[in-house]
Amino acid sequence: MGDLNLKTLTELRDGFRAGEFSAREIATSFNDAIVAARSLNAYTIETPDAALVAADAADAARASGDLKPLSGIPLGIKDLFATEGVDSTSGSNILRGFKPPYESTVSGKLKAAGAGMLGKLNMDEFAMGSSNETSAYGPVISPWKRNDGGNAALTPGGSSGGSAAAVSAGLAPGVTGTDTGGSIRQPAAFTGISGIKPTYGRCSRWGIVAFASSLDQAGPMARTVRDCAILLENMTGFDPKDATSLDLPVPQWEAGLSSDLKGKKVGIPKEYRIDGVPDEINAIWDRGIEWLKDAGAEVVPISLPHTKYALPTYYIIAPAEASSNLARYDGVRYGLRETPEGGNLDAMYSATREAGFGAEVKRRIMIGTYVLSAGFYDAYFNKAQKVRTLIKRDFRDAFRQCDLILTPTAPSAAFGLNEKMSDPLAMYLNDVFAVPASLAGLPAMSVPGGLDGQGLPLGLHLIGNELDEQGVLNAGLAIEERAGFTARAEKWW
Amino acid sequence: MSVTEKDVLHVAKLARLALGDAEIERMVPELNNILGWVEQLGEVNTDGVEPLTAVIDNQLRLRDDVVNDGDCRDAVLSNAPDAQHGFFAVPKVIE
Amino acid sequence: MVSDYRIKGETGEWEVVIGLEVHAQVVSNAKLFSGAATAFGAEPNTQVSLVDAAMPGMLPVPNRECIRQAVRTGMAIDAKINKWSRFDRKNYFYADLPQGYQISQLYHPLVGEGEVTVLLDEKDESSARTIGVERIHVEQDAGKLMHDQHPTMSYVDLNRSGVALMEIVSKPDMRSPAEAGAYLRKLRAILRYVGSCDGNMEEGSMRADVNVSVRKPGDEFGTRTETKNVNSVRFVMAVIEHEARRQVDLIEEGGTVAQETRLYDPDKNVTRTLRSKEDAHDYRYFPDPDLLPLELDDAFLDECRKSLPELPDAKRKRYELMGISAYNASVLTAEVETAGWFDALLSNDVDPKQASNWVVAELFGALNRLGVSIAECPVSPAHAADLLKLVADGTISGSIAKTVFEKMLESGDPAGAIVEREGLKQTSDTGAIDAEIDRILAANADKVEQYKAGKEQLFGFFVGQTMKAMAGKANPQIVNERLRAKLS
Ligand SMILES: [Mg+2]
Ligand SMILES: [Zn+2]
Repeated sequence: MGDLNLKTLTELRDGFRAGEFSAREIATSFNDAIVAARSLNAYTIETPDAALVAADAADAARASGDLKPLSGIPLGIKDLFATEGVDSTSGSNILRGFKPPYESTVSGKLKAAGAGMLGKLNMDEFAMGSSNETSAYGPVISPWKRNDGGNAALTPGGSSGGSAAAVSAGLAPGVTGTDTGGSIRQPAAFTGISGIKPTYGRCSRWGIVAFASSLDQAGPMARTVRDCAILLENMTGFDPKDATSLDLPVPQWEAGLSSDLKGKKVGIPKEYRIDGVPDEINAIWDRGIEWLKDAGAEVVPISLPHTKYALPTYYIIAPAEASSNLARYDGVRYGLRETPEGGNLDAMYSATREAGFGAEVKRRIMIGTYVLSAGFYDAYFNKAQKVRTLIKRDFRDAFRQCDLILTPTAPSAAFGLNEKMSDPLAMYLNDVFAVPASLAGLPAMSVPGGLDGQGLPLGLHLIGNELDEQGVLNAGLAIEERAGFTARAEKWW
Repeated sequence: MSVTEKDVLHVAKLARLALGDAEIERMVPELNNILGWVEQLGEVNTDGVEPLTAVIDNQLRLRDDVVNDGDCRDAVLSNAPDAQHGFFAVPKVIE
Repeated sequence: MVSDYRIKGETGEWEVVIGLEVHAQVVSNAKLFSGAATAFGAEPNTQVSLVDAAMPGMLPVPNRECIRQAVRTGMAIDAKINKWSRFDRKNYFYADLPQGYQISQLYHPLVGEGEVTVLLDEKDESSARTIGVERIHVEQDAGKLMHDQHPTMSYVDLNRSGVALMEIVSKPDMRSPAEAGAYLRKLRAILRYVGSCDGNMEEGSMRADVNVSVRKPGDEFGTRTETKNVNSVRFVMAVIEHEARRQVDLIEEGGTVAQETRLYDPDKNVTRTLRSKEDAHDYRYFPDPDLLPLELDDAFLDECRKSLPELPDAKRKRYELMGISAYNASVLTAEVETAGWFDALLSNDVDPKQASNWVVAELFGALNRLGVSIAECPVSPAHAADLLKLVADGTISGSIAKTVFEKMLESGDPAGAIVEREGLKQTSDTGAIDAEIDRILAANADKVEQYKAGKEQLFGFFVGQTMKAMAGKANPQIVNERLRAKLS
């Protein structure tokens, strides 16, 4: 029975259904693994009892023949999701102790599908970061180490760093993530797992703490493409409580999985060959191209001319929206309150926010406030929204020539903690390949492609046309089958 | 466009952040760096281009005029740092 | 016609320029972006959803009825309805603003330019003024702060937070307190006709930001001040008078008017500075990314248009065409309840002119005396119509009608029953009338002499005596006829 926590979500589901093990055994295995892995700092809150309650319900359901799609599966939930009665803090001191009297639509759907909750997953504060180092709970340590004999602590990426580390280290068979500008895909790539951000509007944003509303999308992270498909089916769907939610039926993505790409055209955008990106990244990209050809796809060169401007566009729009979204953290209705002696309301606001937000969040609030302030709106925000139109148009044009786009997920493998914290721009560059799809609202996925020379995972990135999650998943599956990525971080924790 | 310490102070005031002196000092070059970098968007010709409004074609749905929410004061106040007599209490505001 | 309202200063006469931004609470069951109730006067924080309290991750979904009411209001002032509009966030921090921003419309409002025509003198068409409306946009109301409950704390009640408002922005087209007052009253009447706002200024359903500047006639606009949240027509007029005077005095003393936000203190009848331009908020408006653009289709707009009632101006014109005087028509259409009552009266086939005179003189007088509104009128339009018909067909005289109406007010009984019961029917029985006339003429032989000698004003005396003798029930026309015959 040992090592249930190292099985894939699909294996657990099928094994549980086949009676090979009980849901309680699954939950216990993960609960134990989580306790043993506290040094990774992947979870901010552990909820072993909640996992067991759901497991017992699943066992009972199996006995009575009432199985739900995710019966027996315990999941980790990113701390950005409101979970009823359980601390939901978005990795921030300003929400320390906040227990929402409500459950996010996405986590609620997963629970309604039978899933249990193992706990809340660490993350960059308010999802602002690419290394999980901005969390008020401290960084998540990647289970991966370089094979250079050194023992440097590496980042699992971010902002869904706790999510990525948990899946990678066997602390959850699947997790929720959110992706505003790469926060599912980059950490998935850094930790050798899969993760998909669906089309904007597929997942309800209701109950997910907002970072940048026009970009935020939830999505699953798990060991395999099939695992992701299973979770995605149980996370998405129309929600009348989110005015940007897409009123469309949820496709049967798992049933639709096929790695046969005959007739598919895969575009390779020339603008993603960037100076300074390590050769190994381009090498894995080239390997990915070969794998897709092998799966029957035709590979075509394409151009996304405004790629270069995606990151600066993002770093205007996202902070602008964030500066407004984070105005509600003011110490009045929930969360931290700091009242300086004799201070008035404004003094309370300023002291609360100064004490409650970390450096990166403040930096982005400052940028966002600045670009929206009197006299700068047109030059920054409106300009960025116009460039965003052009970026969207680039993809529209590209998808007239191809069905899918393949790129690397990130411009490097995982880096060491503290390596980039002092240089915000260098940190922002992590998402150079991920951000354009976010700006265009497109489905995109990272799947493991292989290891670099230091023994660290590298991800391949698939971008699909609007609503074509199936195409993305299928191409991901084709890569997964060919890459044969079975490497795991050796347990040191 | 160069950001000065005064600008940082002004923006911090708008954003209600009581930045310390060291933070302000650090933030001046940081913001200048980041803003200088995003200003490369100036190179892009956006004449006649509409700013993006909806990233995925979608219609704004409207809700029916039905009272189906509220009446949950306990939930509303459950996380309040200072709730008194059914209100949120804040330091006295003088108008 | 140019207003001749002038402020007299040391250096000559000054003209005042006025624009009003009226916030009108939309009539709806639920709030603009949540399903919480809007009713007035509930316990604190009981009409608050998690959306209204801006809990993390909560999202707005717009209420169709609020949009519909704003569109209908726009149509009622002949405004351009924008089929494509957007919600923007207006960012600022305040304890009554949970999100840290108000969802409003700056760049693309729902309703564009329209106009409101007012009569400065109800009897005089030539006193009409047309006041331009710049726009109407839809936005959230804020919560409420209570300052008097605790020595060092203010209390926040979010019941109003998120209630839908229409902000109706006029052009700077008004030139006197009277024009501003007339505009506000007319706007209020239109909103109430449309049913989009109850117009209850005491409960804060309507309040105005008053923009005032002064200039020498013919000069450019001066610098304006904005006095916020003035909540009665009288106060709006007082603010204008006060503010114009203050500005003129200031300028003539060599000062300059600061562009600033002011507050009105009705107890002291003064305005004072709330925020100077330097302290002015930088609202950092940008499109709300939680909401897609609002696109209205023709079916929606058609329904809005079809559901509009007859509006005050159209009704007034219709009344005038029925032969009702301009004054009566204006008074009868000023309030939607009055017009509704009068229309109900007309639907009973009464003579419009007679009916209008009766309503304006008798009914209004009675309501005034009783201190009740027309909605609380103890006499129904149908019963009133019966009374008028009894007069019209000669069953009772006009003076008996007054008596009958009093009894109707007291008892609530129909006119016919009262007339019957009290024997108030008018008589056209020439025999009975002749008999009384003969008796009176005989008893006043001297006066008959004088009359015949040319003192014709005595005719009225004979009429009066006859009517008195007949207890007011004689048909006055027949009395006249018979008297003339007998006296000739
Ligand atoms: Mg105003
Ligand atoms: Zn307003």
